[in-house]
Amino acid sequence: MEETNKMEETTKKDEQTGTQKIGIYLWIWLLLFVLSFFSYMVDWYQFQGMLRWSLILFFMFLKAGLIMAFFMHLFWERYALVNVLLWPMTAIACFIFLMTAEFKYTLFSRFFYFVVGGA
Amino acid sequence: MSEQKIDGFELKPGFKGMASDTGSDQTMFKGVHWGKAMMWIFLLSDTFVFSCFLISYMKGRGSTIVDWPNTSEVFSLYVGGVPVPLLLIAIMTFVLITSSGTMALAVKYGYEKNRKMCGWLILATAVGGLTFVGMQVFEWSKLIHEGVRPWGNPFGASQFGSFFFMITGFHGFHVSIGVIFLFIYTYKVFAGHYESKKRGWFTKMKGDYVEIEILGLYWHFVDLVWVFIFAFFYLW
Repeated sequence: MEETNKMEETTKKDEQTGTQKIGIYLWIWLLLFVLSFFSYMVDWYQFQGMLRWSLILFFMFLKAGLIMAFFMHLFWERYALVNVLLWPMTAIACFIFLMTAEFKYTLFSRFFYFVVGGA
Repeated sequence: MSEQKIDGFELKPGFKGMASDTGSDQTMFKGVHWGKAMMWIFLLSDTFVFSCFLISYMKGRGSTIVDWPNTSEVFSLYVGGVPVPLLLIAIMTFVLITSSGTMALAVKYGYEKNRKMCGWLILATAVGGLTFVGMQVFEWSKLIHEGVRPWGNPFGASQFGSFFFMITGFHGFHVSIGVIFLFIYTYKVFAGHYESKKRGWFTKMKGDYVEIEILGLYWHFVDLVWVFIFAFFYLW
């Protein structure tokens, strides 16, 4: 019952048409502009190292999340659809993890045989 | 936005709802138009394609012993003799976000049966997409003039060119296809195909504004992919 109430609160729809209020879209639009501006500023001020990478990732995931949740309506979709779409992303995360190990190994081999000259 | 009420009974929300939806011995995505579900499945597969490109880029860039070209310098434009880093890319990003916003509003006005607003906003989206592709053509020709090739470039690691042309090219291809469809749907909306329930060309499905939401999903996805390309290829 509590969950139902929460759902009603989060889906404040226009009574006649069943669409969301225009304000939500305009706010998200503005937020996307601001976040893009910030991520451009990361390059403008030439932040380096961990600060640069963490800021880039932070703004990237925030922008991606906003687009998917509100522009692509996932926030209002039923969990059956949302879960089918989001769980496969863990496979991508695994692939990234595997390839990170792989590129480190390749880099090591190249240094070892091309620069150091092998054993 | 799936309907929460179907055939007079309320669907359960949250994970309980997910369990009863998937175990209902019926259609799994309750209240979701089949076209929308299929577009989502397509976008999921497309996500894997772009992920493979970006992961191979990560692997290529991470394993080269030659320095990677400094993207902030390679993609800078000279304004009044002063180099501005990533200027064109920043403008492209803003153009694409603008077109994504107009598309989101077009979907909303479509469902509200506001034919004219919906049509003009889709047209604005199409023009935004066309502008984006135009700027990408400019970017490509500039880099080709500077000697960037898929097998080498004057700025650093030779893998740079192949990843650049492959990733931005595939994304630009998606944008181009999107622009073509945006123009087609501008025509369909203004011609009133969704009021007269005119059937489409590939399907017997009667015209409905849900098609605009499906088109919108594709367009937002193109914007979504650009968010990742912008972060990993241009900024990293």
